[in-house]
Amino acid sequence: MDAIAKATRQPVRMRGRSYVAFTFCPVVPIAGWLEEIDATLARSPGFFVGKPVVLDLSAVDLSQSAIAHLVASLEQRNIRVLGIEGVDASHVTTSMPPLLTGGRHCVLTQNEPKKPEAKPKLTSLLVESPVRSGQSVVFAEGDVTVLGSVGSGAEIVAGGSIHIYGTLRGRAMAGVNGNAAARIYCHRIEAELLAIDGYYQTAEEISATLRDRPAQAWLQGDIMRITPLI
Amino acid sequence: MAKVLVVTSGKGGVGKTTSTAALGAALAQMGETVVVVDFDVGLRNLDLIMGAERRVVFDLINVVQGVAKLSQALIRDKRLENLWLLPASQTRDKDALTDEGVGSIIADLRTKFDWVLCDSPAGIERGAMLAMRYADEAVIVTNPEVSSVRDSDRIIGMLDSKTVKAERGERVEKHVLITRYDQARASRGEMLSIEDILEILATPLLGIIPESQDVLRASNVGSPVTLNDAASAPARAYTDAARRLMGETVTMTVPLARKSFMNRLLGRRAA
Repeated sequence: MDAIAKATRQPVRMRGRSYVAFTFCPVVPIAGWLEEIDATLARSPGFFVGKPVVLDLSAVDLSQSAIAHLVASLEQRNIRVLGIEGVDASHVTTSMPPLLTGGRHCVLTQNEPKKPEAKPKLTSLLVESPVRSGQSVVFAEGDVTVLGSVGSGAEIVAGGSIHIYGTLRGRAMAGVNGNAAARIYCHRIEAELLAIDGYYQTAEEISATLRDRPAQAWLQGDIMRITPLI
Repeated sequence: MAKVLVVTSGKGGVGKTTSTAALGAALAQMGETVVVVDFDVGLRNLDLIMGAERRVVFDLINVVQGVAKLSQALIRDKRLENLWLLPASQTRDKDALTDEGVGSIIADLRTKFDWVLCDSPAGIERGAMLAMRYADEAVIVTNPEVSSVRDSDRIIGMLDSKTVKAERGERVEKHVLITRYDQARASRGEMLSIEDILEILATPLLGIIPESQDVLRASNVGSPVTLNDAASAPARAYTDAARRLMGETVTMTVPLARKSFMNRLLGRRAA
């Protein structure tokens, strides 16, 4: 590789490029038309910022000074005019934006940013393996279903209800976000602790007659009910 | 194809080291080349059970740190020429083990042996994590009591999440080995039954080792129980377990158990 780049003369490169410009078509009285522009700007102040604007004066007959005044008025409103069309060349001075011809009509489409396709929000979580001691499954968005057992020392925390198709030996906390209608269902209950919406019962308080059978826990007011399912 | 097998439990004193030595010796007796690796840095015991404590020069940590070569640290068993021991350091602690160091040693051992048996320390900290880290299979040693079973459940959860295999989306093959099982006490309801343990752990059974004085007798003379008295009940149970590890189908028997009980167990094994 050359350490020093050779200074070579390169031809000036030019490329064509087209842009879509807003075209203003002022009507008489100009003062009234400017008021409308002001109203538009009041609604959305940044609407014309950074957008090319062309003045089409074919509908009005303005003198050179009137054109200069119009351009200045727009500039006051932070609208910079890129070019003028529809007037005689004699009306345009060098201090004004250049005279444009050959503009083609096009339809302006509002380019609103597309909203990303909203994913259907998960409302339940399925756990297919046993939940082992020390593991914690937390799902605040909805229900949790466990196909295996929940080991002693494991915990399930759900915003909604909890369904356990094995033995519940650990802790189950349902309705943690204040959902008092949440319930806990399990195929066999040997739970260490059950909680719904902050109300809880420990293993000691769970009636021994419920042990070893399918059961559900639910809230009746502020009392936790645990009833056999079958 | 070498197999790396970790013998683990979570809880201490359930028989990990005894089981590592017994299974290692049983596999070696079947003609496999076996190395038993002691991961219990700082509290090493495997050398005592293997009767090699007076021949330890270099250890696992020396190899991890590059002080010694693997071949210098490996100790060949005096009774079985295809059984080797890689001892742990007694003067260091588990922080001396590094993930990369253990990984390279295990990779090295894979090229030399049919079986690499890692004797895990108790607990769920660094030593136990690194012992299971590179395992293909795991033997979870469990006593028939609730604390041991719950700890085993915890360890099974970690085998499913913290090992290299698990991180790659594969599965570590797991087996439950029930040790210190006393048929008489279990039938009196003083111990968890085999069914209860398997129901809680939801993991296939590798074997049931009966509570026996032979185990203590063998450790006292520094010999794996399978080598000390091959005819003893625990030795037979360990040998059966080793044959199952080799892929053989061996009828699950609890020494001194009744036939009907064995039949009930057989239904479980397929799970």
